[in-house]
Amino acid sequence: MTDPWTLIGAAYALTVAGTLGLALASYLAMRRAEAEAARREK
Amino acid sequence: MHAFANPARFLKLARPLTAWLGWSGALLTALGLAAGLLLAPADYAQQDMARIMYVHVPAAWLGMGGWTGIAIAGLMQIVWRHPLAAVAGRAVAVPGALFTALCLATGSLWGSRTWGTWWQWDGRMTSMLVLLFLYAGYIALAEADRERGGDGRITAIFGLVGAINIPIIKYSVTWWNTLHQKQSIGVAGSSIDGSMMWPLLVATLGFSLLFAAIVLMRMRTMLARQKVEGRLRRLAGA
Repeated sequence: MTDPWTLIGAAYALTVAGTLGLALASYLAMRRAEAEAARREK
Repeated sequence: MHAFANPARFLKLARPLTAWLGWSGALLTALGLAAGLLLAPADYAQQDMARIMYVHVPAAWLGMGGWTGIAIAGLMQIVWRHPLAAVAGRAVAVPGALFTALCLATGSLWGSRTWGTWWQWDGRMTSMLVLLFLYAGYIALAEADRERGGDGRITAIFGLVGAINIPIIKYSVTWWNTLHQKQSIGVAGSSIDGSMMWPLLVATLGFSLLFAAIVLMRMRTMLARQKVEGRLRRLAGA
């Protein structure tokens, strides 16, 4: 049987990586889009 | 809500709020998860495996809460024609789908040891999987509608119809015999001990604030792109 801490570690790693990954991707996309909008406004 | 119908007014509030929600959410999430791993006691029956609760429950809450948000945005779009409602609905879809997938994955890891199986076609797990498929359908439909220049009404209707799955998920453990445990937290109280409850509440609040920050960032991205597209259209028409 798999060690419980391996399963717990996998659950935490998946959740933290998924949340931070999406937050970072959303932040970078926002920065790019707002910079592009500001550039075109000039 | 109509006070924020003007995108400029919305952005004025969203800009400082994004950073505040993001940082406070990250801090509370870190605190809740650390407390869940290091301070909370092991469960008397499930031992340390119950610690998966501190990521599984917030993910389930946000998966279901995300679709509730999509349905409210759909209602606001159809009934009050709120100009930001379609943007809000589309912004919620991807994080909602992510947390639904995380709920299924962490639940599967939890069940692999506690139930002796990674998957079971029971009421709770199947209705949660249906929610993930609904998110996938919503994202595809919203993208197709946006590409053909639609007003998002079809997506709003899809969001409202799909909301029927939310009470099915909630009451699945009552209506059917499932491997999944019955509801532990309700309006009347909780069967979870306080020493395990506070890290769960802190982690859930932290993930919820992070979710809100992600939604605001995605809304800001969509509004900036709409602005660029509108400007390009005006230039092409001039």
